[in-house]
Amino acid sequence: MAIADTKKRGKVATKPVDTDLLLKAYGDMLLIRRFEEKAGQLYGMGLIGGFCHLYIGQEAVVVGMQMALSQGDQVITSYRDHGHMLATGMDPKGVMAELTGRATGYSHGKGGSMHMFSKEKNFFGGHGIVGAQVSLGTGLAFSNWYRANDRVCVTYFGEGASNQGQVFESFNLAALMKLPCIYVIENNKYGMGTSVERASASRDLSKNASPWGTPGVQVDGMDVMAVHAAAETAVAHCRAGKGPYLLEVKTYRYRGHSMSDPGKYRTREEIQKMRSERDCIEQARHLLEAAGVDDAAIKKIDDDIKRRVQEAADFAQSSPEPDASELWTDILLEA
Amino acid sequence: MSTQILMPALSPTMTEGKLARWLKKVGDDVRAGDVIAEIETDKATMEVEAVDEGKLARILVEEGTDGVAVNTPIAVLTADGEDAAAPAPPESARAVAAPAAPEPIRAAAPAAVAQPRSAAEPEWGETKPLTVREALRDAMAAEMRADDRVFLLGEEVAQYQGAYKISQGLLDEFGDRRVIDTPITEHGFTGMAVGAAMNGLRPIVEFMTFNFAMQAIDQILNSAAKTLYMSGGQMGCPIVFRGANGAASRVAAQHSQCYASWYAHCPGLKVVAPWSSADAKGLLRSAIRDPNPIIFLENEILYGQTFDCPTDADFTVPIGKAKIERTGEHVTIIAFSIMVGVALKAAETLAGQGISAEVINLRSLRPLDTATIVESVKKTSRVVCVEEGWPFAGIGAELTMQIVEHCFDWLDAPPVRVTGLDVPLPYAANLEKLALPQPDWIVDAVRKIV
Repeated sequence: MAIADTKKRGKVATKPVDTDLLLKAYGDMLLIRRFEEKAGQLYGMGLIGGFCHLYIGQEAVVVGMQMALSQGDQVITSYRDHGHMLATGMDPKGVMAELTGRATGYSHGKGGSMHMFSKEKNFFGGHGIVGAQVSLGTGLAFSNWYRANDRVCVTYFGEGASNQGQVFESFNLAALMKLPCIYVIENNKYGMGTSVERASASRDLSKNASPWGTPGVQVDGMDVMAVHAAAETAVAHCRAGKGPYLLEVKTYRYRGHSMSDPGKYRTREEIQKMRSERDCIEQARHLLEAAGVDDAAIKKIDDDIKRRVQEAADFAQSSPEPDASELWTDILLEA
Repeated sequence: MSTQILMPALSPTMTEGKLARWLKKVGDDVRAGDVIAEIETDKATMEVEAVDEGKLARILVEEGTDGVAVNTPIAVLTADGEDAAAPAPPESARAVAAPAAPEPIRAAAPAAVAQPRSAAEPEWGETKPLTVREALRDAMAAEMRADDRVFLLGEEVAQYQGAYKISQGLLDEFGDRRVIDTPITEHGFTGMAVGAAMNGLRPIVEFMTFNFAMQAIDQILNSAAKTLYMSGGQMGCPIVFRGANGAASRVAAQHSQCYASWYAHCPGLKVVAPWSSADAKGLLRSAIRDPNPIIFLENEILYGQTFDCPTDADFTVPIGKAKIERTGEHVTIIAFSIMVGVALKAAETLAGQGISAEVINLRSLRPLDTATIVESVKKTSRVVCVEEGWPFAGIGAELTMQIVEHCFDWLDAPPVRVTGLDVPLPYAANLEKLALPQPDWIVDAVRKIV
């Protein structure tokens, strides 16, 4: 099932382009792109260690979703999480400093790429066990239900995680209790090196929660405005107390699963084709140009982001490593 | 501005590699994402993508070169329009070296063990007989009345009134928002409860028995126990996982396992195992108030047993404090949960034989009250550790090591373990009895060292 199959979905532009919104989306996506490119560089220089899963190519998913959320809504995701953190408004400096394992990182250097959190931004991680965040996100939605507020939780996971048992357990619980949880399957076609066709007997993951009566739709994840439109529908459904909602967002990662991925499971041409024909940032730029936004405004965004990312990289390299005493903190809270 | 392209690290462990092939030549335009070279490591051949755009001005490491160290400049890229012949700057602005490794420091663990015992627990005054079952129910009800964030969920906890009737009456008092029947789906509902706790609620998760918590152990350890640390202290998880642990009666191997040492092994958790009604009520109230994830190991056989329990409305038992149930001079017997009763029976028999045994009820396994154990062993100089679970890497092994570390010189005999046999628990009545510690086993163990 090629991404191209869904190409037309996002192209049906019935409304005129909201240039302010699109400009914001463009800037938010570009920040993630440039941040991740920089993270890749720092990894290559040995300044970032361990696992580092880059989000390059998938930026439209989290940016389109986030634009439909309000203050107080929760976000939780897996280990490919840098983009989600930046989209929720977390400081690129603190994120990059965590990647380099420094005291100024969001987790004081104790979490790394896969484990960052921000209570202030309602970002609940950053989880390294495939699928575990789906049950946790269901619990965040449960807390909204328990408190009888109108907040929603967006729970992201990959098409690889979508086969985990606890995902289906969560679908059942959320539908049973009518929890305000938006499940977003970021289908980038490959769970590590295994294509979705080789891992899932289902050919339409948006129907994965249909046995429990949960609505689900497929969305073109390379078109940020299409994601945004789908997100608004999902958010309205959950806020109205109608229970969970499932989005299968068809996207693509340009880089390897992690940094040490030889990428032999797909062709170079496949990647280049997506990049040249379907790139979410290029699409947004063309729409902005077509809408008459002048080059200077776009250039200003580009320059501003370049500066912010460089500042984050400088901060992440100049910050001190955590003190040895940090080993023994944050294990238990004082009772 | 020219940019040096550095030999990249392509995996967490790569320190050098072979520059196998250049796919671009000097003068070529390079776009971000273009493959510019292939690098071989001992594990794989990997393609190097350009991160920046520009023209390939110089190649600094020829293809076929072996042993190229990570971070070595391998090529120079110039921005469009720039003079490709211009020499590269001697040092790349980008190549900021990783900070020099500091002198290795061996950070010592905070000295938390073998401190002098803190003040004795308060006297709680009047008591009345109460079953362990009622004590657990009363503790949950009291804490739910005091704090709206506290709720109970699990299989059969609401309409059925609890598989073992622990939650009897709670649905009537608190309603179905706070006493929640779940489907039989431990992995999912445990993760859901942990998520709710991360967002500030205070769930009590009832596992019908702890055997079924194995379905959910990833959420207990990886999500509940580790997130505070991984978040640099931002994201706590105030949650109680409770239910029957260990052998019941004739339910065979899959339903008869003690998980004490499994959970006590893990930093980020507290693990308690009550014996009496007072333990059950006081510890459960403390557990629900505690801001950390707590493993609360109950015992099905004890549920129906009656003990005197303080009636004071404020009664609690602190986590991390053992209790001396019987004082003695000649030997210390350490036990927890149902084995405390077995140890007390043994002590009674020993008293008839002129041996005075001190019996410690651990109550908490993590944190362990090492101070109380050490003080007792220094007095008696002999110790027997009793548990229902398996011997290998069990709680007794840890107790023995703590004693050796803290009061080896006071010992007059090697520490001894009395444990369940190292077999899956059998069903047959005679075999089951043969596999679980009996008072006689403890008496025999004591007789060998006193």
